[in-house]
Amino acid sequence: MSAFTSPARRLRGACAAGVRVVRKGWAIAAARYAIVLAIALLAYAVVLLLAGKNPLQAYSDTFSFTLGSWYGFSEVVVRMIPLLLTAIAVALPSKLGLINVGGEGQLYMGAWLATWGAITFTGLPAAVFIPLLIVLGFVGGGVWAAVAGFFRARGLVNETITTLLMNYVSPLIVGFFVYGTWRSREVGASAFPQSAAFPEAARLPRFFDTRIHLGLVLALILLLLFWFVLEKTAWGLKMRAIGGNPEAARRLGVRLGLYIIVAMFVAGGIAGLAGMAEVSALHGRLRAGFSPGYGFTGFLISWLAGGSPLGILTMSFVLAVVFSAGSLLQITQGVPFAAVNVLMALILFVVLMKPRLLGRLS
Amino acid sequence: MNWAFFGGLLSGTIMYGVPLLYTTLGEVIGQRAGMVNLGLEGILLIGASVGFAVSIETGNPWLGVGAAALAGALFNLVYAFLVATRRANQLASGLTVMFFGMGISAMVGRAYVGGGIAGLARYQVPGVAALPWVTRTMFNYDLLVYLAVPVAVLVWWVLYRTRWGLSLRAVGENPSAAFAAGRRISALKYQAALACGFLAGIAGAHLSVALARTWTEGMTGGRGFVAVALVIFSKWHPLRAIVGALLFGGAVTLQLQLQAMGAGVSPFLLNMIPYLLTLGVLLVWSGARRFAAPGALGRVYSGEE
Repeated sequence: MSAFTSPARRLRGACAAGVRVVRKGWAIAAARYAIVLAIALLAYAVVLLLAGKNPLQAYSDTFSFTLGSWYGFSEVVVRMIPLLLTAIAVALPSKLGLINVGGEGQLYMGAWLATWGAITFTGLPAAVFIPLLIVLGFVGGGVWAAVAGFFRARGLVNETITTLLMNYVSPLIVGFFVYGTWRSREVGASAFPQSAAFPEAARLPRFFDTRIHLGLVLALILLLLFWFVLEKTAWGLKMRAIGGNPEAARRLGVRLGLYIIVAMFVAGGIAGLAGMAEVSALHGRLRAGFSPGYGFTGFLISWLAGGSPLGILTMSFVLAVVFSAGSLLQITQGVPFAAVNVLMALILFVVLMKPRLLGRLS
Repeated sequence: MNWAFFGGLLSGTIMYGVPLLYTTLGEVIGQRAGMVNLGLEGILLIGASVGFAVSIETGNPWLGVGAAALAGALFNLVYAFLVATRRANQLASGLTVMFFGMGISAMVGRAYVGGGIAGLARYQVPGVAALPWVTRTMFNYDLLVYLAVPVAVLVWWVLYRTRWGLSLRAVGENPSAAFAAGRRISALKYQAALACGFLAGIAGAHLSVALARTWTEGMTGGRGFVAVALVIFSKWHPLRAIVGALLFGGAVTLQLQLQAMGAGVSPFLLNMIPYLLTLGVLLVWSGARRFAAPGALGRVYSGEE
């Protein structure tokens, strides 16, 4: 563009170029994700064949169930909510170079503390109850993760191994209460170890006559907030500085330890919200082992998305479809639910093998 | 509290410690070559499911153990391929193996859920049964138990007294220097991963074939991650790994014994003991550990080759 064109024209030209770049970038990103997914699905088809199942039938069943009907689609969105939240819980600390593999445990602790609130303060109105549950879910998961952050900040134990081991403790805490003092004494309900039912005011509202619930709104707001804080605030800048070069950040006067503990607290809190939303909106009771590994999947999503908010949104949807397929194939073809792990592993494998497919280096 | 209690505690500690020792030894070899493998949990599951399935099909538990070791070694090649050849992120590569293991073991083991086998033959240590306070269960183990400590010594000897071990440790400490000295980095990493998978496969088989004598989905209960923690505790030394494994085995046994005695404490709380103990041990032993870690642990070697 010559120097003599008018500013307005230059601006318009720049905007058009910007839109083209964005559109092109979108198309390329979408195509790349599609290629990764196609390779993984092809490989998984081979696995299904080896297991004596019909992959074509399996895929067409999955497709028509998850994307072919409004109900099926809404169930995918329901699955997506905890995945979005646990993925943010991994992405946030990863900006500081922290590896939070404890989303699963933090999710259980959020559900645990929220359940305590729900069955203790039974008389509250919904307008008070829902915010209370959100706070309790956040604090439950947050404190659990902050313990790992504290050990890391003091230079005692690396947060990866702490969060991994703590994943095995929190389901036991939930089990202790659900099989013990919180166990429901109702007739019929007591055969299955679970807490008493949440009061109606403690159930997160649902929308559109589906099981889609307030958790979706929370997750989307948090995703936006995550992007905003990271890109537009001084905190985000400092966090990225710590992630890039912690020693330099420390010498510039950034309080490393504080940032680590707070980041872990917030991350754990977000994972805790996932647990709170699951029990409050879907089950209405606390049950032992209610999560089919959302925490670990959140790690996978955040890693595949490279911590980018749009990537998290896309990959959460894809993995929600995978999870729905898991329960569907368990019923229709007798494939164990855990077999979805193979599909997740294949996706991860393709990306690790060919990182340029997603346009970045691992 | 009597001799039977302590006898049970001792034999349980050994029985539960042994699979963890094999796993930890495998991870020590891998980490000495600079590779942190969080996929160990998946390898254990593969070993457990394959070992159990082959034991049932052939009726010979030793074939099961052999098949599990082989499956573990081959399976860990996935990790080696990603880390050594594709130079991928180690954490994500480990989780890939973990997801693979969780899924494939569930598919392999599906037909055998609830099945039972006789398990590995047990041999009494000769002579000790005559001692007055020894109960019959106390010195009565399968061959893999008797082999565990010799294998630990063997791993130590290989790592510290052979050229191969020296090369392996050089790769983990300073790959550039090892490369300059004419070592083949990739090949050594593959070999370390094979050894790691082999040992973890045996450990998985010991869990399902000798200990539980059955298969259930996810039966390893995070032992793969505990092993990674024990490697840190043992300061990357195979002989100290024995102490770590016995400590964990002791915690598992103590909680089982307390449950059996009806100690009045919830089994859920007792089940936490092994994990909390592992965490506590890591916290207490945290000093000076940094200097014990292999220099290039977890790093991607991107030098020329």
